[in-house]
Amino acid sequence: MTAAVAGRRWRRPPFIKSARLRWTLFFGAALYLALALGTLDIDWNRVVEGIPRGRRFVMSFFPPDFLSRWAEILDGIYESLWMTVTSTVVGIALSIPVGLGAARNLAPRWVYLACRAVVALSRTFPEIILAIFFVKLFGFGPFAGFLALSVGTVGFYGKLLAEDIEDMDPGQAEAVRATGASWFQWLNYAVQPQVLPRMIGLGLYRFDINFRESAVVGIVGGGGIGATLLTAFDRYEFDSAAAILFIIIAIVMAVEYTSGFVRRWVQ
Amino acid sequence: MAVKQREGMTTWQRRERGVQLAIWAAWLAGTAIFVYCWRLISDKTMWMFVWDAPEQAVDLAERMVPPKWSYMSSLWLPLWDTLNIATLGTLMALIIAVPVAFCAARNTTPSVVFVRPVALFVIVASRSINSLIWALMLVTIIGPGVFAGVLAIGLRSVGFCAKLLYEAIEEIDPNQVEAVTATGASGGQVLTYGIVPQVLPAFAGISVFRWDINIRESTVLGLVGAGGIGLQLDASISNLAWTQVSLILLAILATVILSEWVSAKARHAII
Repeated sequence: MTAAVAGRRWRRPPFIKSARLRWTLFFGAALYLALALGTLDIDWNRVVEGIPRGRRFVMSFFPPDFLSRWAEILDGIYESLWMTVTSTVVGIALSIPVGLGAARNLAPRWVYLACRAVVALSRTFPEIILAIFFVKLFGFGPFAGFLALSVGTVGFYGKLLAEDIEDMDPGQAEAVRATGASWFQWLNYAVQPQVLPRMIGLGLYRFDINFRESAVVGIVGGGGIGATLLTAFDRYEFDSAAAILFIIIAIVMAVEYTSGFVRRWVQ
Repeated sequence: MAVKQREGMTTWQRRERGVQLAIWAAWLAGTAIFVYCWRLISDKTMWMFVWDAPEQAVDLAERMVPPKWSYMSSLWLPLWDTLNIATLGTLMALIIAVPVAFCAARNTTPSVVFVRPVALFVIVASRSINSLIWALMLVTIIGPGVFAGVLAIGLRSVGFCAKLLYEAIEEIDPNQVEAVTATGASGGQVLTYGIVPQVLPAFAGISVFRWDINIRESTVLGLVGAGGIGLQLDASISNLAWTQVSLILLAILATVILSEWVSAKARHAII
């Protein structure tokens, strides 16, 4: 026994067990990387040329200039916040029926399929593409951005709500149903208490996402801080742009901190 | 138990009175904030443009069908670029995210007081700024093109990957680490034999998950000049070539569905 083992050394078991799959994946990845890097077409001259410019550019971000465009920045931030609040509320309100319909254990098959289709459609396109179209249809301004963010929220929240309902404990639901509760009572007393804590947390998370996205829809004319940011870039006022970025980071951090606090309090 | 006395009868109630009142007040405050914000948005909106939106939509839809299928031949290269932006960007993000995550996790960080806050700030800063804004900055620095897109996706994804990874590292089973340490393993050996095997499945899952998101995000980076199919989208919209726009949207839809399918398969295989 010892003689046979002495010559062998223990080796870690590989992450992918099948050797064939492991090597296929390895060579596939290598081949892909070679192809991708080959067609990447990086203009290294441009990059090298850009490095001193980049340094100057990065330097021109500092110190951030909060003051000279303060009025515009404040305006943009407020607009972003309004858009965030309204789109989160409207988006969640719309996604509740969609989410209920998209839960397999709740809805009949045709409703399930229809609601899943709505969710899939609104999740496919990034908010910014939606914003482009809403700006075309509804004109420039925060209303288009609000709509784009709301549609994005429906896809996100509806999907997670549906999955959460599908994962709920069927025992509780059955117990409430056994008391002779109507459908709405059943929803209110059996389903809602089970999904609410997690959904409040996710709602706050979506609020956070919507604020970040509201900084982007402005680039295509959807209102909010993004418009101010784009103007700052176009005017080469990088110190104002840096100020805007710092404000965005600060607000995101504040929202994240608050939502963590609220989530702990709810659960 | 929450009960209510009414005409000498005790009835069950769902909540205590105080809790019910607090919930009611929260609803009132929430509604007031919503209505206030809605007023401000409505003030900034030209309702005239909103009311004729249905006509505009019909008009636009008429101009968008049928999609100009022949345009597809010039979309393959941008689609390949989009795929590369997402994949290489994810790769770059993972390379940066691993050390950041190990610095941010409470149980592996070299210093809780000095290194951890820096790592956490890197994570938040990278996460708060959308990839489109990263791209806007990078296009100014290194010029328009695919490379700016790769960097933008990479920088944006660092925070996401590092955050999920450091949470996974914090949740590992300390007994295994202790067992490896007890054999007299060095710090590096503890890392490779005690910690890495435990977080490897999470790591693989996170990378596939982020790759899927990045495919979606890289389709629009072209709007600010950072390569990929977004460039064609932007050009077609500016030229009012709506039949091309609809084809590009279909191409994006197909790519996103395909990437979702691939990532679902891959995640299924891992877990």
